[in-house]
Amino acid sequence: MRANGVGYDVMVVGTSWGGLDAVRTLLSGLPGTFGMAVTVVQHRHKDSTHILRSLLQERTPMPVREVEDKMPIEHGCVYVAPSDYHTLIEPGHFSLSTEAPVRYSRPSIDVTFLSAADSYGHRAVGVVLTGASVDGTEGLKRISERGGMVVVQDPATAESSLMPAAAAKAVPRARVMPLEEMVRFLAMLPVAGAERDA
Amino acid sequence: MAVSVNAEAPLPGPPYVYNPELERIEIELLLEGVYRHYGFDFRSYAYASIRRRLWKRVEGEGLRSLSELQARILHDPDAMERLLLDLSVNVTSMFRDPSFYREFRELVVPMLRTYPFVRIWHAGCSTGEEVFSMAILLEEEGLYDRARLYATDINDVVLLRARQGIFPLDRMQEYTDNYIRAGGRRSFSEYYTAKYDGALFSPSLVRNVVFSQHNLATDRSFAEFHVIFCRNVLIYFDKTLQNRVHRLFYDSLVMFGVLALGGKESLKFSQYEPCYEKISQAEKLYRKVL
Ligand SMILES: C[S@@+](CC[C@H](N)C(=O)[O-])C[C@H]1O[C@@H](n2cnc3c(N)ncnc32)[C@H](O)[C@@H]1O
Repeated sequence: MRANGVGYDVMVVGTSWGGLDAVRTLLSGLPGTFGMAVTVVQHRHKDSTHILRSLLQERTPMPVREVEDKMPIEHGCVYVAPSDYHTLIEPGHFSLSTEAPVRYSRPSIDVTFLSAADSYGHRAVGVVLTGASVDGTEGLKRISERGGMVVVQDPATAESSLMPAAAAKAVPRARVMPLEEMVRFLAMLPVAGAERDA
Repeated sequence: MAVSVNAEAPLPGPPYVYNPELERIEIELLLEGVYRHYGFDFRSYAYASIRRRLWKRVEGEGLRSLSELQARILHDPDAMERLLLDLSVNVTSMFRDPSFYREFRELVVPMLRTYPFVRIWHAGCSTGEEVFSMAILLEEEGLYDRARLYATDINDVVLLRARQGIFPLDRMQEYTDNYIRAGGRRSFSEYYTAKYDGALFSPSLVRNVVFSQHNLATDRSFAEFHVIFCRNVLIYFDKTLQNRVHRLFYDSLVMFGVLALGGKESLKFSQYEPCYEKISQAEKLYRKVL
């Protein structure tokens, strides 16, 4: 573990039900060699199936996996938080939980973002996309406080501005930009790539 | 990396400075104290989730740090009670994941028919919804009378509720849907009678059920089983404890016995994967083969 290495290990992306197009655009803009572990947390119905995984896999050469408990976090992979569980990020692996929904959501974006901030500190990137709730704000704030990179979709260009607007307001350090620009920006971020034990 | 948070905390004293290594020390000390003073062992529970819930309690008590929480918990049993509530996750439902029960009917029941007597363990059964679901399934498959179900949990409060067999009436619509999707053969309402705001399930469903307290982290095996259910319990444990419990299950299963895990749990990340084969593509049903 490099305490002060430059670069990022994990990227967490939060959006609500309507954000599928935005996530697909984001993933299709990241090169296959993108080195971070990307975790997508999207609000959806508790019975929704594995379809999200395949919808995302269509758009990226990176392997896309639906998270299972204690699954290792590997660089260069995309992970989808399963419906009806909270997904927590530990150093090197995921843990799931069926604690009560937070702000009516399970998966909760905040739960994943907070754990990413606590486990990866300044090596975490938080991304808030379009969404009709204020989930994600608290978690993004924590990522910012821990020295991570925080990015928010420009509310004016988001299908649903509530979530990005709340996040941008609460996190002054957040870089706010339209989706296309954001994708280019994220693709250029340095990757820590330090080998971590699972 | 030191970043101060909680700047507006009302209490006097030096500002709280976040330091992940120090946080881990504080958490380990607190859990050690809880174990040694109260006997509850959360030392090997999944860290991120424990940390989240401990901080919730710090806030709930109006404190600023985990060390302050430690002092409060050790000196005030009422605070320990509140913490215990925060740390227990007992959510469950009847026929949770209906496709799991359908698959169980199709793939496991035929195997169970070949045994003269069947012992099933529900480890971490919470308030019993899973046990009643299985009792109904076995009844409908004509297997109940040669089955014995052992339902255990660490928490005696949930076991008390499980024994009563009264579940919230307002969930019966959801459970009826689940039951139908799980391949139920009768009308779900045959199994319960409405009593005030509860649904009282037929006591005959538990005539072959033994409820008892059992701690997966510390207690031993108590019989040989043909099927072990442990669904959505292991997710709260860290990898070391998970492997310990997998060893317990392995030792407690007959050869070709079945292990049933929760929908998002997998043997893949445990040391015991080579000892089992998958019997379903979609559901977490494994057969001991080694
Ligand atoms: C989320 S519930 C799962 C209930 C049910 N199996 C299901 O899938 O719906 C988890 C249960 O595990 C129990 N549990 C937690 N730690 C345990 C331990 N060390 N030994 C036995 N049970 C434990 C909790 O008390 C709780 O009732």
